[in-house]
Amino acid sequence: MAEQPVPDYPRSNPTESVAPVGARLDLPEAGEWKRVSPKYVMVEIVGTVVFLLIVCAAAGALWLLLDQVWAAWAGGLIALITLVSLAFEPRRVRSIGYQLRADDLLFRRGIMYQRFVSVPYGRMQLVDITRGPVARLLGLADLKFVTAAASSGVAIPGLAEADADALRDRLVELAESRRAGL
Amino acid sequence: MTSLADGDWHRLHPASPVLRGGIFVFALLGFVIANLRERFVDVVFGIPRQSGDPLDEIYERGAVGWALLAAAAILIVILIAFTVSWRMHTFRVSDESVEVRSGILFRSHRQARLDRIQGVNIVRPLIPRLFGAAKLEVSVAGQDANVQLAYLGSALADGLRRDILQLASGARQPRPAAGESVPETPLPVGEATLFPAGTIPAESESAAHAGRRRAMNDYASSRVGEFLAPELDPDAAPPESVVRIPVLRLIGSIVFSGFTVFVFVAIVALIVSVIVGGSEWLLIAIFPGLIASVGYYVSRFTKSLRYSIAGTSDGVRVGFGLLTTSNETLPPGRIHAVGVTQPLAWRPFGWWQISINKAGHSTNDGAAGQAATTVLPVGSLADVAKVLELILPGFALDEQRVLIQHGLTSRGGDDGFRNAPRRAAWLRPFSWRRTGYAVSAGAVLLRRGVLSRELLLVPLARLQSVGINQGPVRRRLRLATARLHTVTGPVTATLGVIDAGEAARLLETVTAGAVASAESDTSHHWSRTSQGPAPTPRPASPVGPTATEVTS
Repeated sequence: MAEQPVPDYPRSNPTESVAPVGARLDLPEAGEWKRVSPKYVMVEIVGTVVFLLIVCAAAGALWLLLDQVWAAWAGGLIALITLVSLAFEPRRVRSIGYQLRADDLLFRRGIMYQRFVSVPYGRMQLVDITRGPVARLLGLADLKFVTAAASSGVAIPGLAEADADALRDRLVELAESRRAGL
Repeated sequence: MTSLADGDWHRLHPASPVLRGGIFVFALLGFVIANLRERFVDVVFGIPRQSGDPLDEIYERGAVGWALLAAAAILIVILIAFTVSWRMHTFRVSDESVEVRSGILFRSHRQARLDRIQGVNIVRPLIPRLFGAAKLEVSVAGQDANVQLAYLGSALADGLRRDILQLASGARQPRPAAGESVPETPLPVGEATLFPAGTIPAESESAAHAGRRRAMNDYASSRVGEFLAPELDPDAAPPESVVRIPVLRLIGSIVFSGFTVFVFVAIVALIVSVIVGGSEWLLIAIFPGLIASVGYYVSRFTKSLRYSIAGTSDGVRVGFGLLTTSNETLPPGRIHAVGVTQPLAWRPFGWWQISINKAGHSTNDGAAGQAATTVLPVGSLADVAKVLELILPGFALDEQRVLIQHGLTSRGGDDGFRNAPRRAAWLRPFSWRRTGYAVSAGAVLLRRGVLSRELLLVPLARLQSVGINQGPVRRRLRLATARLHTVTGPVTATLGVIDAGEAARLLETVTAGAVASAESDTSHHWSRTSQGPAPTPRPASPVGPTATEVTS
């Protein structure tokens, strides 16, 4: 795991330097965040490129075969937005972080739309590890922490496979020692 | 303790295959009656028939013998199928779990662990109720994971519920010595599920006839007695803990609902179309709908009649229904979130509605055809306070009463809630003053909404996780969104606007509170702490199944 601690990305905040009105969401009491593997960027890029190809193929088919000119414009627009967001992919992956605190798992992700979730270990119902085809090639795995609430949504993508297994075992161990009912 | 919760296998009410197949049996009866209608009229009123019916047809063709044979064969097959299905459908209630085995060709075995029970529901649909039968349903967490005992004798169902809740509460009584016998034996209880043990007359042959008639009379009078009995057993709950809904308020709440607005619009459209004239199709389209809506109002009304919520030693009991009755017991600590809401139309009357999130879901509808998650369909402020005291232990103190009062009706300001800052008015122009949270007595209170006022309460011990979000707009305003994640249900505990720094503080304090509450929580065996000094053992496996089903 590439876990050199990043002190919560202070530099990655253009709004704050420009306009002091804006304030990024931050947890002042939180410790050091563990990051996911930088290789995970590749997984995201491949996914985006596949999506891009499908959009282009669909738009192209509509345009060339059925003479729908609007399809070309719509397809082009979607492709442009996707390409721009592709440039932010490394930043977005860097923003994914988690930490195992004394009693809870803390998870964060997102740059434009930030999200922090804290789950007490005792609430764990199961831990799910999945490996997509691209992630498997790169030796990565996704870990999902499932509680009784569907909205918790704590999924840590792009962990090295060994790290994912170790993290799963650690989480199960922590959950067992702090078991609560439903 | 009744004989049913002794750890042995028991059978259901002998009539249960008929009652469960109820609709088909009645459809069959209806079919027969419809075909032989004129013959019945002839027999009963002596009015001669005009045309032939299927019986005449059979008679004319000389196929009487075959017809009788076929009818007898069908009857025998049905009888055998019902008997076999009744014999194969057994249940067992032990210290650990409730189990049901059923099926003839496809056997199924279902088991629910007692310490995972989310609720016990007794439903008496109209026709089984006439026969003195009731359906008992034990809900556990998860979709379609409930264990149903359909049907049991009415009194036995009540007794069995009491026993199940007592076993689940951890307040165990010593088991009777007879309970240790081998399971799987042919049971003497087949009759006992119809008549409570000891009421079966055992006279000599000469007195048998009189005895049977007496038994019939007893049976009839006990049916009438059960039918007319109050929905809530007066012994079960202290009267001061019972909340009821006056009939006028119930009518009012149904009249001032969103559906009425729809009906009103339809009526206006109808009148306009008649005045303008020339468009009969609108009349044809809308008028049947209006007639159907009357039926909707009536059914909502009868389903919510005799509504009562009561606090018992084993949790909250919610009962309702005039013809088909239902009452569900929710043991302590099974409620994951509570929402108190007031639609705008109810405001002049000061009425509120309470709905809850829970992990187990009964397959039966709640009052008024609403989901069974509505605990109080309509109630005054005093009723709300009483119900909240019942479902959230620890909310009986003055401090919490004041907090609830503020949470419901306060317009904002310094009243115990941490409210959103003024700049939140950009996003919540009317309600920003009121949008805030408070933590008290082991629960988080979220307050929001000014047109339709809402107060949401989440017990910390049941909270699953906490999340805070921020998008670009809220970042400019130094605001954030906070959400408390609970099991799925009608209550979504979200605060749309909160100061960004305050959101981080909320995340930390609420998580710490959730961890602490879960450690001190003993509600999975709710009576054990008060019964003895034994420490509450945690369930053995952390992610163990709440219910298992084997179908082969």
